[in-house]
Amino acid sequence: MSFIATPVTANNLCKDAQALKARGFRFVTMTCVETGPGEFDLIYHFDKDLDMVHWRLAATDREASPSLSTVYLAAFLAENEIQDQFGLRFADLAIDYQGKLYLDEEAGATPFCRFSRASITQTDSGGDTEGGQ
Amino acid sequence: MKTSILPFGPQHPVLPEPIHLSLTIENETVLEARPALGYVHRGLENLVAARDMHQMVQVVERVCGICSMIHAMCYCQALEEMLDIQAPPRAEYLRVIWSELHRIHSHLLWLGLFADAMGFESLFMQLWKIRERVMDINEATAGNRVIVSVNVVGGVRRDIDEDQVAMIEKELVTVEREVKQLSLTLLTDFTVKKRTKGKGVLTREQALELGAAGPTLRGSGVAQDMRQLGYAAFKDLDFEPVVETGGDSWARAAVRFKETLQSVDLVRQALAGLPQGDLAVKAKGKPEGEATARVEQPRGEVLYYIKANGTKHLDRLRIRTPTFANIPPLTVMLPGLELADVPVVVLSIDPCISCTER
Amino acid sequence: MPFMLPSILRNVFSGPATRPYPANPRQPFADARGELVNDPETCIFCSICAKKCPSQCLAVDKELGTWEWDPFACVYCGVCAEACPTKSLRQTNVRRAVARDKQSVAVQGQPKPKKSP
Repeated sequence: MSFIATPVTANNLCKDAQALKARGFRFVTMTCVETGPGEFDLIYHFDKDLDMVHWRLAATDREASPSLSTVYLAAFLAENEIQDQFGLRFADLAIDYQGKLYLDEEAGATPFCRFSRASITQTDSGGDTEGGQ
Repeated sequence: MKTSILPFGPQHPVLPEPIHLSLTIENETVLEARPALGYVHRGLENLVAARDMHQMVQVVERVCGICSMIHAMCYCQALEEMLDIQAPPRAEYLRVIWSELHRIHSHLLWLGLFADAMGFESLFMQLWKIRERVMDINEATAGNRVIVSVNVVGGVRRDIDEDQVAMIEKELVTVEREVKQLSLTLLTDFTVKKRTKGKGVLTREQALELGAAGPTLRGSGVAQDMRQLGYAAFKDLDFEPVVETGGDSWARAAVRFKETLQSVDLVRQALAGLPQGDLAVKAKGKPEGEATARVEQPRGEVLYYIKANGTKHLDRLRIRTPTFANIPPLTVMLPGLELADVPVVVLSIDPCISCTER
Repeated sequence: MPFMLPSILRNVFSGPATRPYPANPRQPFADARGELVNDPETCIFCSICAKKCPSQCLAVDKELGTWEWDPFACVYCGVCAEACPTKSLRQTNVRRAVARDKQSVAVQGQPKPKKSP
């Protein structure tokens, strides 16, 4: 298996990303994977001359994760998508849609989460929080 | 001077699909553009919970209505890597043939829409007339016009016989001739240049920083094409990424125009080298672990991330479509433009919004 | 515009690029993917097609010997016909015509007699 994701920590994310950017890496995208109730893996994908680098950052919905959009502006779209789908929060997001990129005003759910959760931070409009299945 | 905010889209005559842009304008000049999505979100990624990994092939085909085959190919490649199987050589060549046919018809579709956005209706009609030949090839060989559904984990489901090879070669001669006849109009016409040269400039540095992909990236002078990775049969075929250095709408159109002709050449190479053999290997077992796969779509690089847990249902499927990467560059392309140029520049990234939102 | 003059002249003197549908419909390609046809004589109602179907448009009941197809949910991928063990399910090359109402196609066959325990 050729997929190797290097673990990074929330404190070092932006500093490491600066170094990566200085080496000429392009931000490809980031992926959010739910690993347990309220537990998530954020996987960052970078590319330089067809070689990919993956980073893995553990995140929870209880506290805001650092935003990569301060280093790579392109990350704002992916981070907003994750806010919508998984209910995570990112601190210092360059362009923040407040969880309304895809979702409607009245939708208070986190549609991509498999584990049921009572509510998500900021939006406490209630409703059906169980999505997907 | 007071600024005002003008909503652009989601329904706009030039946009085939709904995207909304909040344009901050002063007089006729755009100062800031902020995109907003969410009008066609379908949640296809989440269908992994309801469909097994083989049925997902037909689901990912429907991510994009134009380059369906390439999505399925990328998904199958990721799963093949996880299951540690290798598609037979004939399947790899057939994948190249169908994926390049998709690139031809996608680029012709886009070039037509681009002409239409500039108000050049007759060029639009000409390009779509050529495109119809490619659609006929698709239907004659794979059974469907757009969603050809030829991929299966481990290979392909359809074959191309000798008669069809001859038919494709014959049709491609006409396609190539007719496309070349339009080259002067598309690339040198006064009106076209007036509407596209120097409009929506994205420099090489900005393109890299904002993560642009595909023709948007190559139009800014970066020679990066995922086909260089050599997936499927591209490792055996001869091609160079098409690069333009202008970074403007014209450069992006020129990249796509030249890629259309390049794809015709690639189909010919693949048809000439088509090996005999099996179409697919059996995909046995259940995948486990993580994998990514990247291929080059007409719009740029598409990334599939798959996490599997050893059951027939995947744990997570993430699709990063090229338009998703090309929306952030819009925020630097649009400021400084006249309002009348905004539709053409928005179209120049080839926005495929349904793909973006999946 | 002058560059398009040859194309314009050619278009003027050649026939129309479209055909007068529906008076003169195009014949389907031999390999086109169209309607599904199931033969009740050879169908064993094993429901493999229904399990494989990505759009879940097939419903098979072994007990009653029924096979039902919803052509409006079908995506015409042909996976079911490929998976059919007895080749009783086929995909023809003729597309279904447009319809005013939704309808489903049902095939009634002989349910297999239950094996006595």
